[in-house]
Amino acid sequence: MAGADGDDSLYPIAVLIDELRNEDVQLRLNSIKKLSTIALALGVERTRTELLPFLTDTIYDEDEVLLALAEQLGNFTMLVGGPEYVHCLLPPLESLATVEETVVRDKAVESLRKISQEHSPVDLEVHFEPLVKRLASGDWFTSRTSACGLFSVCYPRVSSTVKAEIRQHFRTLCADDTPMVRRAAASKLGEFSKVLELDYLKSDIISLFTALASDEQDSVRLLAVEACVSIATLLPQEDLETLVMPTLRQAAEDKSWRVRYMVADKFSELQKAVGPEITKNDLVPAFQNLLKDCEAEVRAAAANKVKEFCENLPEDSREQIIMTHILPCVKELVSDTNQHVKSALASVIMGLSTILGKDNTIEHLLPLFLAQLKDECPEVRLNIISNLDCVNEVIGIRQLSQSLLPAIVELAEDAKWRVRLAIIEYMPLLAGQLGVEFFDEKLNTLCMAWLIDHVYAIREAATCNLMKLVEKFGAEWAQNTIVPKVLGMANDPNYLHRMTTLFCINALSEACGQDITTKQMLPVVLKMSTDQVANVRFNVAKSLQKIGPVLDSNALQTEVKPVLEKLATDTDMDVKYFAQEAISVLALA
Amino acid sequence: MVVHGDSSAPLHSRAMSSAATTSPSVDKVDGFSRKSVRKAKQKRSQSSSQFRSQGKPIELTPLPLLKDVPAPEQPELFLKKLQQCCTVFDFMDTLSDLKMKEYKRSTLNELVDYVTVSRGYLTEQAYPDVVKMVSHNIFRTLPPSDSNEFDPEEDEPTLEASWPHLQLVYEFFIRFLESQEFQPSIAKKYIDQKFVLQLLELFDSEDPRERDYLKTVLHRIYGKFLGLRAFIRKQINNIFLRFVYETEHFNGVAELLEILGSIINGFALPLKAEHKQFLVKVLIPLHTVRSLSLFHAQLAYCIVQFLEKDPTLTEPVIRGLLKFWPKTCSQKEVMFLGELEEILDVIEPTQFVKIQEPLFKQISRCVSSPHFQVAERALYYWNNEYIMSLIEENSSVILPIMFASLYRISKEHWNPAIVALVYNVLKAFMEMNSTLFDELTATYKSDRQREKKKEKEREELWKKLEDLELKRGLRSDGIIPT
Repeated sequence: MAGADGDDSLYPIAVLIDELRNEDVQLRLNSIKKLSTIALALGVERTRTELLPFLTDTIYDEDEVLLALAEQLGNFTMLVGGPEYVHCLLPPLESLATVEETVVRDKAVESLRKISQEHSPVDLEVHFEPLVKRLASGDWFTSRTSACGLFSVCYPRVSSTVKAEIRQHFRTLCADDTPMVRRAAASKLGEFSKVLELDYLKSDIISLFTALASDEQDSVRLLAVEACVSIATLLPQEDLETLVMPTLRQAAEDKSWRVRYMVADKFSELQKAVGPEITKNDLVPAFQNLLKDCEAEVRAAAANKVKEFCENLPEDSREQIIMTHILPCVKELVSDTNQHVKSALASVIMGLSTILGKDNTIEHLLPLFLAQLKDECPEVRLNIISNLDCVNEVIGIRQLSQSLLPAIVELAEDAKWRVRLAIIEYMPLLAGQLGVEFFDEKLNTLCMAWLIDHVYAIREAATCNLMKLVEKFGAEWAQNTIVPKVLGMANDPNYLHRMTTLFCINALSEACGQDITTKQMLPVVLKMSTDQVANVRFNVAKSLQKIGPVLDSNALQTEVKPVLEKLATDTDMDVKYFAQEAISVLALA
Repeated sequence: MVVHGDSSAPLHSRAMSSAATTSPSVDKVDGFSRKSVRKAKQKRSQSSSQFRSQGKPIELTPLPLLKDVPAPEQPELFLKKLQQCCTVFDFMDTLSDLKMKEYKRSTLNELVDYVTVSRGYLTEQAYPDVVKMVSHNIFRTLPPSDSNEFDPEEDEPTLEASWPHLQLVYEFFIRFLESQEFQPSIAKKYIDQKFVLQLLELFDSEDPRERDYLKTVLHRIYGKFLGLRAFIRKQINNIFLRFVYETEHFNGVAELLEILGSIINGFALPLKAEHKQFLVKVLIPLHTVRSLSLFHAQLAYCIVQFLEKDPTLTEPVIRGLLKFWPKTCSQKEVMFLGELEEILDVIEPTQFVKIQEPLFKQISRCVSSPHFQVAERALYYWNNEYIMSLIEENSSVILPIMFASLYRISKEHWNPAIVALVYNVLKAFMEMNSTLFDELTATYKSDRQREKKKEKEREELWKKLEDLELKRGLRSDGIIPT
């Protein structure tokens, strides 16, 4: 293409704008997604003077198109001529920050935050900050909501007069009359606190924080809990008691379970933010209450934090606190009426054993693990089994194996295939810990049964499991216990089972080594090349390609090659294709 | 449709909470079974979230019946009974306080009768006590919802356990509000903004019986307290906006819309800007919500009410619907078509002309939808006499828009019923404007070719642009193209 460089007349703006206006939404969307290409074709000046005004004027479109536009504009700085001109992008993004759809607005704010960094301090005050002010005093709630996300990015880089204005705007929005705006302000409170000077943090933010934390709407109050983490981190320790703790205590006992849930959910962060002393005096009892909350949602959220909370307790009193305050609550949760609470607990409870050590684990935790292993809900049992390695490190798995086994056998036959899948994935670990004999005796049949599961994902996982077992127990073990059974399936009337033989061979050949592969597996594969089902035949071709590198060249030339050549003339096109592929990969042509 | 944002509120992050209380046998079923099989069909019940195990039994001292004491003593006794009824019982514990629960139930029953028939009982003193009793009983934090994805056709609603008392409290409160002696000027000191706000939050209750009572209560309050009207409307706005843009979860949308339907009916003309804004910025976006089917009838009613009040709103309303037209959900598309027909039933011909082009472009897309219910619903418009008359008047505009789609599906739609309907529509068009129809038939092929050519030109343009980007991009990276 001649003279592409600078020859903008090739691409009259009208044509490009037509594309952005196309009647078909999908085409419009495609064009918007390539807006940078259009801008590139127009050059920086025409992008500034023609394209951006067009975009600013025509912002009434499907939200999906607007979303794409908002995203594009965040990366447009170079296309309008660099940081010097970046403020040209503000008008269209300002309009986008006022639309109704949350996703679009959020994206516009994200882009604005991004390009704010590219503004010089002067441009920030001349162009950016006035935009924030306009949004903050907009009529409809959407623009005010968007403004909340912009204060913190411009605050650090403006003069102190402007800073005072920004603080004032933020204060106003925290007391806005629509809850949507208060929620937005509350959710940005933590972020804004981080850029504020400590004095203003104490004089301004704390009163806003207290007010939001006692808002009439629980959806606002719960967001203040999040801010609490940042604020507590920023304040010096000696101020926490007076400035933060009254509010936090109140939140932990809020009448709305949503707020309590939030406290439970943020508990570890809160614990780190307030430090060890307050944790000991205040958070331990609060945590006990959350573990005993009347709502299952809250108990489950708290149960999830048990391990982290205990880990982060100050070392000098950790064991004592856990044994006297936390463990009694945990014991109760083991027999909770709600399965989600129990399963949340089951996912972390094993972690306590490393904290408490061997003796405490055997005396206090083991009964709980065993109780959960026998729980009626499979998810609880699964969570326990999935975390066995933690306990193993502390007391060894033999202790558990007797109680463990019935649970594993039951889960291995669970009606939900995802549960079966999870168990399969733990087999290699268990096998390694239990040893060959125990495994052969108790688990081998299970592993073989999975090979004929009616769900493909299970058969596939079972195949992979066999490979890992062979890697652990060695080729000889494989030859005696696994290979005969696998090869036996080659005569199964069900072609899916016959194919499983091939998949197993693919997985096992390398681990079993040349001898077993050539002498035992290869004949079976070759025999299957005459199978009446085409899928089996082309999988033979794929298997030969896979195991070829393990075989010696003699076997390749005399046994594999003729079979592949025959398959390459098969009537089925897929068989032909894979046979030819195998021939070329194994360089047998 | 763009995925809606979610605030960091925990209520949605809890996929875990579904089916939390269903029976354990449920776990044994494979994950692919139908929802109706998976969910145990048993009535679930819930209670307020405020009970921590209190343990202590509750004792109330039985009082004489109101009718057994002389009339002058009745107001005093009435207040005492109100006081007693402030005690709230835990109904999740079905064994505790049985006697006292029964006593409160009969007392409430007595109070209901008393406010209905008695005269002179409503002393000024009684107002705060009535409101206090009602507040103590009905205002509570609603518990977490068990069904994140509530499907009214599959799921049983969770019922409120304390209903035996709660129902009577609502009943009593409604009788009180409707009583002839009731004086809003006194009551407004106690039934204030805070009261209304808490009342509105209860509309999220999962129990349909409770929402039904709430509807009546709020309607009465709206009718009697002029000073609260603007506030109520504004708060409903907030609930809807939060529902649309933040959580997509609120059980009482249909009930609130029902109240609004009757409120809109009473709006004075010309409509205030506030009301128009409500229509365009709140009611129209409500169409985007996933659970639209739960409240679509009430929503469509509100929209039509607005248009009957002020026909000039037709254009923004239809444009709004077109903007939010469902992209992937055929069931919603059928609902949109139904609503559009309701609007067209009341549209003025002058308004119709303003909107016909974009409108029929959409209808033409619906007619050629591969989902036969969508196509069928759109084609049914041609059975509507009023719509037919509008189409006939404007056939020179509408026919060219519709023709290509109709012509194409008459040849290739998979569903014979649709093809038959399309033939009828084509026939109707032919009778309406045969010259134009013949012209369009004649140019159909060349029009398609022209479209294809345009498509090709577009592709070429983009190819050139991409080449250019590649070259410039390479150059600016300092890499020399090979």
